[in-house]
Amino acid sequence: MTLAVPIALTVNGERVEETVQPGLHLADFLRERLGLVGTHIGCEHGVCGACTVRLDGAIVRGCLVLAVQADGRQVETIEGISDAGTIAELQAAFHAHNALQCGFCTPAMLLTADALLRQGGVPSREAIRRHISGNYCRCTGYHAIVDAIESVARARGGDAS
Amino acid sequence: MTEAALSPLDRPNSYIGRALPRPNLRRLLEGRGCYVSDLALPRMLHVAFLRSPHAHARIVAIDHTAARGMPGVVAVFTGPDLAAVCAPWIGVLTHLKGLKSAPQYPLAVDCARWQGEAVAAVAARSRAEAEDAAEQIQVDYVPLPPVTEPETALDPATPVIHPALRDNLAFTRALEAGDTAAAFAGADAVVQATFRFGRHTGVTLESRSIVADWNRGAQRLSVHQGHQAPHMMRHVFATTLGLEEAQVRVVCEDVGGSFGLKVHAYPDEMATVAIAKLLGRPIKFVADRLESFATDIHARDHRINARIGLMRDGRITALEIDDLTGIGPFSVYPRTSAVEANQVLNLVGGAYRLENYKAQTRVVFQTKTPMCQYRGVGHPIATSVTEGLIDLAAARIGMEPAELRRRNLVPDDAYPCESVTGLKFEKLSHHAALDKLLRMMDYDALRREQAALRSRGIHRGIGIASFIEITNPGPAFYGVGGGRISSQDGAAVRLEASGAVICQISVTEQGQGTEAVIAQVVATAFGVPVEQVRVQLGDTDATPFGGGTWASRGAGIGGEAAWRAGCALRDNVLAVAASILQTSPAALDIVGGLIVDAETGRECMPISELARIAYFRPDTLPAGVQSELIATRHFVPRAYPFAFTNGAQANWLEIDLETGFVRLLRHWCVEDCGRIINPLLVDEQIRGGVVQGLGAALFEHCRYDEQGQLQNANLADYLVPMAAEMPDIIVGHIETPTAESALGAKGAGEAGTAGAAAAVANAVNDALSPFGAVITEIPITPEAVLRALQDAQHQNRAGPASS
Repeated sequence: MTLAVPIALTVNGERVEETVQPGLHLADFLRERLGLVGTHIGCEHGVCGACTVRLDGAIVRGCLVLAVQADGRQVETIEGISDAGTIAELQAAFHAHNALQCGFCTPAMLLTADALLRQGGVPSREAIRRHISGNYCRCTGYHAIVDAIESVARARGGDAS
Repeated sequence: MTEAALSPLDRPNSYIGRALPRPNLRRLLEGRGCYVSDLALPRMLHVAFLRSPHAHARIVAIDHTAARGMPGVVAVFTGPDLAAVCAPWIGVLTHLKGLKSAPQYPLAVDCARWQGEAVAAVAARSRAEAEDAAEQIQVDYVPLPPVTEPETALDPATPVIHPALRDNLAFTRALEAGDTAAAFAGADAVVQATFRFGRHTGVTLESRSIVADWNRGAQRLSVHQGHQAPHMMRHVFATTLGLEEAQVRVVCEDVGGSFGLKVHAYPDEMATVAIAKLLGRPIKFVADRLESFATDIHARDHRINARIGLMRDGRITALEIDDLTGIGPFSVYPRTSAVEANQVLNLVGGAYRLENYKAQTRVVFQTKTPMCQYRGVGHPIATSVTEGLIDLAAARIGMEPAELRRRNLVPDDAYPCESVTGLKFEKLSHHAALDKLLRMMDYDALRREQAALRSRGIHRGIGIASFIEITNPGPAFYGVGGGRISSQDGAAVRLEASGAVICQISVTEQGQGTEAVIAQVVATAFGVPVEQVRVQLGDTDATPFGGGTWASRGAGIGGEAAWRAGCALRDNVLAVAASILQTSPAALDIVGGLIVDAETGRECMPISELARIAYFRPDTLPAGVQSELIATRHFVPRAYPFAFTNGAQANWLEIDLETGFVRLLRHWCVEDCGRIINPLLVDEQIRGGVVQGLGAALFEHCRYDEQGQLQNANLADYLVPMAAEMPDIIVGHIETPTAESALGAKGAGEAGTAGAAAAVANAVNDALSPFGAVITEIPITPEAVLRALQDAQHQNRAGPASS
């Protein structure tokens, strides 16, 4: 049995200290230890993107990062980001465009889309499609997701947030 | 109250037809959904399965001594352990005459029959501990010859997978209408082709998930399951475990994608429930992605020899198909695995006037993952065969493919009518749909663009596919064959003391927007703002009995039940209101949550005031007036076994001749699902369905080797459509309401999948037509394109092929 490792990190602005197995990935840590089940698990091999979270401000796949790698760092999940209200506009656009069905890919899709919008400008539909291609959606056909992201980019007039 | 006043179109403030964003969606947008994979119950254990590494092997012995001693392990089970508490099931239905299958158990007993079949289970404190322990189980296998190819499954030299069944033939059916031999003999042209369909699977983003809890004290089993048919599963769990149905509660909350994949009884889920019963504590199973590929149902593994006969004027005179499909080692319970092939036979040619049709299918067992119903069930195959033949025939007689369709599609004024296979069509709109499609895509301009680009060495193709889709199924699907699967749904609508309206309904939500549609219908029927309606579904303890959501039935059947219940509640409320207001119910109406004078619209009282009186001051009501502020209604279509819908799709794509890569540029779909309750939801249903069809056309394929080993059972190697590969999808509608219901809604969930692959295949062949290359298999991989070009080159060198 491998020895557990103590880690201390900030999750959604709250200080967290836990002891974890070195093999535990960040998505399982968030879901099972902290009850942050808004981060979803679709494949656990880094393909579907459903476990996307922010680590020190950049989006990463929670299944490809170990919990021990998050030691001393800032993690943000859909729960904290929703509470902060920073992606409310994007969430509203997804709602208005019906850019989700079962909602399983949605938290991760929102964070990925937000990362694109933060770059500023009004990306083309092709650029939006390329950017979100690491996030699988099996329900919508992607069209409405592209519409929603495009609408926010246009509404912002190309300003980076 | 007259029928006309109840028309959805005439009601004041009607929500029917409005592009209303789904209420209650913010929770999913904020990561506050409640999926089964999120669920944790007190004392819960996790189960992991040891699965057969062989496609076919005898199990001689299982030694789990080491596993039992591993950290966190509570119990280890093998096939006989669970067979002792869980009765086997057999996936047959009596109306599929001759269909046979073998008893199936939660864990393999004595013999494993596909790579991935569960042979042992470990219950432990965590999933990780359960997996670690499962690795320590020693199984002594004697490998048996795999049965992989449907073509040889019936050969005498091929081992029989279930000796008691005597052969590997699960089901066969043949039919002939008219005189096909004479029609082919008299045809001006006969075109023949063999169509091959790659086995693929549903890939729900949330994998199959279940939490089962047997409460010994209460003698009740609670099952939280990502599923589409809770009442069906309640029956399945009760009968296999020897419980009364009333002892079982099945709850389906948020489901992370289903697509027909989550409408079946899976052995590992049955095992989870059996283990919960044995241990008396909650057990959780969430399939990991590798398990999903090996154990979720697969679909569409068909090879079809087909031919079409037609006259020089384009009139189709005969159609013949010979279908062969392999379904894995078992017919899946309880819907069976013969339905897909049966649908193919019924649906081929269904959009066209056809007098002579001959078809047969053979459904065979093989040692691969079981196949069963997945979104579109048979439709994509039937459409691909039919539409593929039409395009080949058009090329043969030198007619525009769109024109050949026009000359043969059932005329829009021919209804009601029957197909040559006996399908009853109430009213379809093939010509209107095709005309609209061609206008939307500006067909003639696209053809000119194609020609101009071709001269510059850019090879683009246009493909069209007309289709029919079965929706709103009555008992003809399952009930008539003895399946305890309800085709009827029920809705109970009640007025609370606060004035809020609650609708409990037996159809389920898996993301389509069922909840939204039902809220819109109830709000309109009863007469309140939609925000005032709360919809509760997916709980056998709470909702009326019914079928659930599958086969495109949620809006058409569930919606109508909700409509009728909402109207009935309004009648009940108006009866009470009339007694309070000293008038007749007919003189009153409910609009915007207010009881109003029906003629003038003058407000009489808010319904919350009526509810207050009814619940808290019934003593002030006239003697003999008893309020009934709940109404329950059911609906099942009776005049037609199914409500057929129709439509047409088109695809525009470009092929790179050097690499064989196909780039999808645009896709169009015009469909007719009758009355549209919410166009926002219908459009995205269509698009999602289209993308699953596009995936099948170009990417998705469960690839097996000759040993029956699945070679690409992970998300990196199994190609799911990604956003960058998908085109914009333009959706248009024709609305031909069914007269079977007040709402007139038919289903929309599978139309996209039905025709997308056919349109792509036709577009590919259109792009390749200058080279004489033809592809009649999907997925159309770059390799398939290059091979077809090479074959065509060789043939051209050898001289033109004779016709």
